[in-house]
Amino acid sequence: MITPAVPKSWYLPSKPHKFCPGCGHGIVLKALGETIDELEIQDKTIFGCDIGCSLLSWDFFACDSTQTHHGRTTPVMVGIKRARPELITIGYMGDGGGYSIGSQHLLNAAVRNENVTLILVNNTNYGMTGGQMAPTTLPGQKTETTPYGRDPELTGYPTRGPEFLTELTPEGAYIARATVSKYKQLRRFLRNALRNQMEGNGFSFVEVLSTCPTNWRTNAQQTWRFLEDEMEPYFPVGELKSPFGKGGDK
Amino acid sequence: MQANVKVVGDTKKSFLTGNEAVTWAALAAGAEMMFGYPITPQNEVMHYWTRLAPKYGRGFLQTEDEISAGFTVCGAVQAGTKAFTATAGPGNVLMQEPFGMAEAMRLPLFAVIQQRGGPSSGTVIYSQQEVALTTYGGNGEGHRIVYSTATHQEIYDYTIKGFNTAWKYRFPTFLLGDGYQAKMREPLEMYDPEERGIEIVPTYPLLGLEGHIGENREPQHLCNIYSLEEELYDVVLRFAEEYEKISPELIEYKENQCDDADIIILSHGVVSRAADDAVKALRAQGIKAGSFRPITLRPFPQAQLREAIAKSGAKKMLIAESAYGQLDRLTKQEIYGETIKIENLFKPGVGIIDYDIINKIKSML
Amino acid sequence: MALVRIALAGEGGQGVQSVAEILAEAAYDEGKQTIYIPNFGLEQRGGVSIAFIQASDERIGAPKFNKADVVIALSERAVSRTATYSDSNTLYVYDSGFKVDEEDYPREYKQIIGLPALETANKELHPRVFNIIIMGAVIGLTNMVSFESAKNALENKLGHKFEKNPELRDLNFRALEMGKQMAEKSLQEGGAK
Repeated sequence: MITPAVPKSWYLPSKPHKFCPGCGHGIVLKALGETIDELEIQDKTIFGCDIGCSLLSWDFFACDSTQTHHGRTTPVMVGIKRARPELITIGYMGDGGGYSIGSQHLLNAAVRNENVTLILVNNTNYGMTGGQMAPTTLPGQKTETTPYGRDPELTGYPTRGPEFLTELTPEGAYIARATVSKYKQLRRFLRNALRNQMEGNGFSFVEVLSTCPTNWRTNAQQTWRFLEDEMEPYFPVGELKSPFGKGGDK
Repeated sequence: MQANVKVVGDTKKSFLTGNEAVTWAALAAGAEMMFGYPITPQNEVMHYWTRLAPKYGRGFLQTEDEISAGFTVCGAVQAGTKAFTATAGPGNVLMQEPFGMAEAMRLPLFAVIQQRGGPSSGTVIYSQQEVALTTYGGNGEGHRIVYSTATHQEIYDYTIKGFNTAWKYRFPTFLLGDGYQAKMREPLEMYDPEERGIEIVPTYPLLGLEGHIGENREPQHLCNIYSLEEELYDVVLRFAEEYEKISPELIEYKENQCDDADIIILSHGVVSRAADDAVKALRAQGIKAGSFRPITLRPFPQAQLREAIAKSGAKKMLIAESAYGQLDRLTKQEIYGETIKIENLFKPGVGIIDYDIINKIKSML
Repeated sequence: MALVRIALAGEGGQGVQSVAEILAEAAYDEGKQTIYIPNFGLEQRGGVSIAFIQASDERIGAPKFNKADVVIALSERAVSRTATYSDSNTLYVYDSGFKVDEEDYPREYKQIIGLPALETANKELHPRVFNIIIMGAVIGLTNMVSFESAKNALENKLGHKFEKNPELRDLNFRALEMGKQMAEKSLQEGGAK
């Protein structure tokens, strides 16, 4: 019998998971689970999730987990890490939680080079609340609160988080943007982001471009096309800052 | 972190500000971390803490705002660390968000509130206008424990007690002071808790437990949001039941010459000092006044107040507060059904002295 | 000693809060119940700064008061700002060198006392001990603390400066003494506006 490869750090009683079909969260969380297994940090990992679709991961892992208010995952993880530096803290949030309501926390945690790992899933909208405009919504993109398409004249241009965090952080920080369409690269970036915390170098951040067919109202083909043809050109994928240097990642 | 180091040594008489008393008491209680954001009149809690804490191996982080200060405390206590914060006014408003989460997740959060004038930025000086916010703020049911102090000795005593209450019962616990108490200097006795036989309630982690997941322990999954109405309903009812069960152990109050009083003065915090002086002066003039002071505003000593009214047969009660009816509303909901006539002395944002109370009482006779 | 209530007001930088703190320390060291509230409003960043002190042998009630036993205004602006703390039992003290408009004086007072503190400081001592003269005057007016306690409290607060410059100690103690005598003299004379 062939058993599907399930990360050891997944919490099986909560599977199958609760995300919509075609949602990118499952891919990110699989990559994260495999990374936790690979680094053998399951027992000392504290996984913290935000409100929004990311909250559906609150019992996703067989790791100690906590869940907070919208935008407040960053300070909760900072509090845990400051209290118990031996723990590995992973904050998991969406683009609204990180770049909008929790942006002051994200920005200041980056400036202070807090030794936490934050993963931000960018699907260009507020998924859980029904598909409103997010800081990352692309120009012209239709959402529930931009029914005629996002007009940058009115609401500005999409937030490029890793770019501004790169400017804010000192050496030692790790900043990258991955995409669910490049799984191996996603795994590598997550591994580096966690290694960076384990080595005590400082702030580690990975934005992951993800999919939301439910709110995008797209079929499989359109979903993938939007991710690769619309999002990836606007949000360039790669490592923006890494203490491991070019090619330093395994 | 080492929490059981003797901080004070031999009991000593001291002449301190209230903010300084908070700091020393927090150190003596074994607090390990403070998270804070500047706002008057609590700033000196941070100032003293940042000077003293390193000497005792304790930590501090100045966060980007009060929301963050509250949530970092939530994180630290989940990790099993005795952490606290202090704030006031608009900072207390922002902290209602993390305080609400502490209520929902039953986190042993302890916070010191030094009330300033409101609404909005108000004054940086003094008020009793954060009663409603501290007792019932947030989108919950007010499952909180609130100690309202009147002297520096009480600030010291109840800071130590506040940490213990938070960690014993796991309801967010508050020391409600005010700008006068924060800034004024007054004598008090400082001591290490064990010198008084006060046992420090041990801390313990809710996350980051010992052992191997899947071998000898289960993963912990904490949350504050539920898919079903009924799930939340059960949680809130359970909290309410537990809160009501422990309330008799928590309720504290002070009663002064209510046995034969014709008129009872109800006040809390620093105003109760003026009330006690007023009772003395009024009694000297042949007016049978008594005073009643809730020390715990949550849970409120409602049975005890009803009893004081019943045994005295007092026909009138004066509620005096440096706010426009916050204690008044709290009291009326707690003693619903009592027929005692209630009058008010509301001075929002300014101090009340015995003279004010005496005049008001005389006008009521 | 019965309760003594003092309101001390002046410009930021005049040392109002330092004097109040030293007086409060002295009273505390004598075993008295003492409360000192600095005025910490926005005014601490410019404007009149007020210190409220109470000392008593018995427990003190409310930390603040409406009317003081002694009000001392250390600047012209402080006169109008503090008139409200004066009633028919109040000794109202200001510097006799101030030009004060008639309407700025308190309406009610027991006695208004003008002390030549600034002039004495400038001519006989040093401008920087003006506030210590005032501190001496408080003692002369109230007997809130003994002269010895006041000297000890000064020593505790400024001892490190006195060590470096022993002349400073003498200067401060002389200022304290002169302030006390000045106040006692004006009380005997019944004061004149």
